[in-house]
Amino acid sequence: MNIAAEVTSAQAEARAHWQAVAQAEVAPFARQIDREAAVPEAVMAALREAGAFASGFPEAFGGPAGAQGDPVGAALAHGALHEALGRASASVQGVLNVHHMGGSALARWGSAAQKAHWGPLLTSGATRCAIAITEPEVGSDATAVRTRAEVDGDGWVVSGEKAWITCGASADLFVLIAASAAGPVALLLPREAPGLSIAPIPDMLGCRGYAMARLILEDVRLPGEALLGKPGFGVSHVAATGLESGRHNLAWGCVGLAEACRQAALSHVQRRAQFGEKIAEFQLVQQLIARMSTEIHAARLMCRSAAVARGQRAMTAAKEATMAKYFASTMVGRVAKDAQQLHGAAGIGPKTPLEMYFRDARIMEVIEGTTQILEVMIARFSYQEGPA
Amino acid sequence: MQDKAIKDQISEFMAQAFSGAVIAHDQDIFEAGFGNSMFAMQLVNFVEVTFGIEVDSDDLDIDNFRSIDRVAALVQRKRAVAAA
Repeated sequence: MNIAAEVTSAQAEARAHWQAVAQAEVAPFARQIDREAAVPEAVMAALREAGAFASGFPEAFGGPAGAQGDPVGAALAHGALHEALGRASASVQGVLNVHHMGGSALARWGSAAQKAHWGPLLTSGATRCAIAITEPEVGSDATAVRTRAEVDGDGWVVSGEKAWITCGASADLFVLIAASAAGPVALLLPREAPGLSIAPIPDMLGCRGYAMARLILEDVRLPGEALLGKPGFGVSHVAATGLESGRHNLAWGCVGLAEACRQAALSHVQRRAQFGEKIAEFQLVQQLIARMSTEIHAARLMCRSAAVARGQRAMTAAKEATMAKYFASTMVGRVAKDAQQLHGAAGIGPKTPLEMYFRDARIMEVIEGTTQILEVMIARFSYQEGPA
Repeated sequence: MQDKAIKDQISEFMAQAFSGAVIAHDQDIFEAGFGNSMFAMQLVNFVEVTFGIEVDSDDLDIDNFRSIDRVAALVQRKRAVAAA
């Protein structure tokens, strides 16, 4: 399959649209977001206006018009959004990512009433969503969560603590994973629920606009309608749906962040002169440029392939999203390091964005499945396939 | 589509997912240790795409996915409802 040749005019238009939106409305605020650890409301308003919050959702849920008739095009356009955001601000890409993670779990496993209520709110961006799985003592093994949900009459009482929740300090609605007598459950937790307190986590290494927080739940009462899916299926189906979306989105986001690094590097090496000539002429510089250009291209092709599989609902879709995230998140670490190296002292100083890119890139190998967990998954997918 | 044809397709899918293991149609795949979290969503996607049904939250019952026979019964039930 020649993935690069499959760009239709509509897909090219979507890429151009999201690049323009991200560069005009997000990129100018990237350093401020990093400095203040918060995304300005003006940025969120611009993204709402541009339709970014609807991207990636089914049309019936409020997603983009035409998504049902052209699911591959919609998946590629959604990828283009996340690449554009990743290039403009990794923090903002993450905000839209967790919105889509929680929202896609709701769109997939919500009841008709839940979808009718939350669909318009989420796709318009009026309600911002996030997903709360991780706990202080539970990371990769999501089935071991200790937050406890007990049946209480027609509803639930939930107690426990979630940690490292992206948009914990800013989201309006959480898809919360908890343990119950019947196995893991997913519950819709509104930010204003009595008994929920939110503690922001300051001084993160990178992606500071993620608004990371701890969620502390003390006898939080939720109605029966808060249950998403069925008891016992909270991790295997609900969280898994969100995580697969997240890996897909983040892979594209990594390509965008890497492209930002590459653009900075290209500009610098063709301007900077040492020993009487542009450093772009030095072969060891060319080696770094060649490596990053090739790796970004490879990652982008993997993302495109993953998006096509996602749109087609191919059996390989989960594997491709996992592989794309695995490769892109490790790739962006190498690219950010090399781009910083090419900048010399300027790359580690405060006047270029390279130090921010470097810190942001480091986050990518940790979230939505660590590199090591993804390696285990990819090996398992491979065992399923062969030997032929 | 006949019941046998549905079961054969599910059987083939499971054999591939479980590295060629031969699974009896009434065998409990979870008790036998075959099921895992990765497989759970693969199975849902497989039955939706292959048989043109939509598995929704009401269908999330472990008994619907416990064996080839049970998955086939779910498919037949959903198709009957869709055709009605």
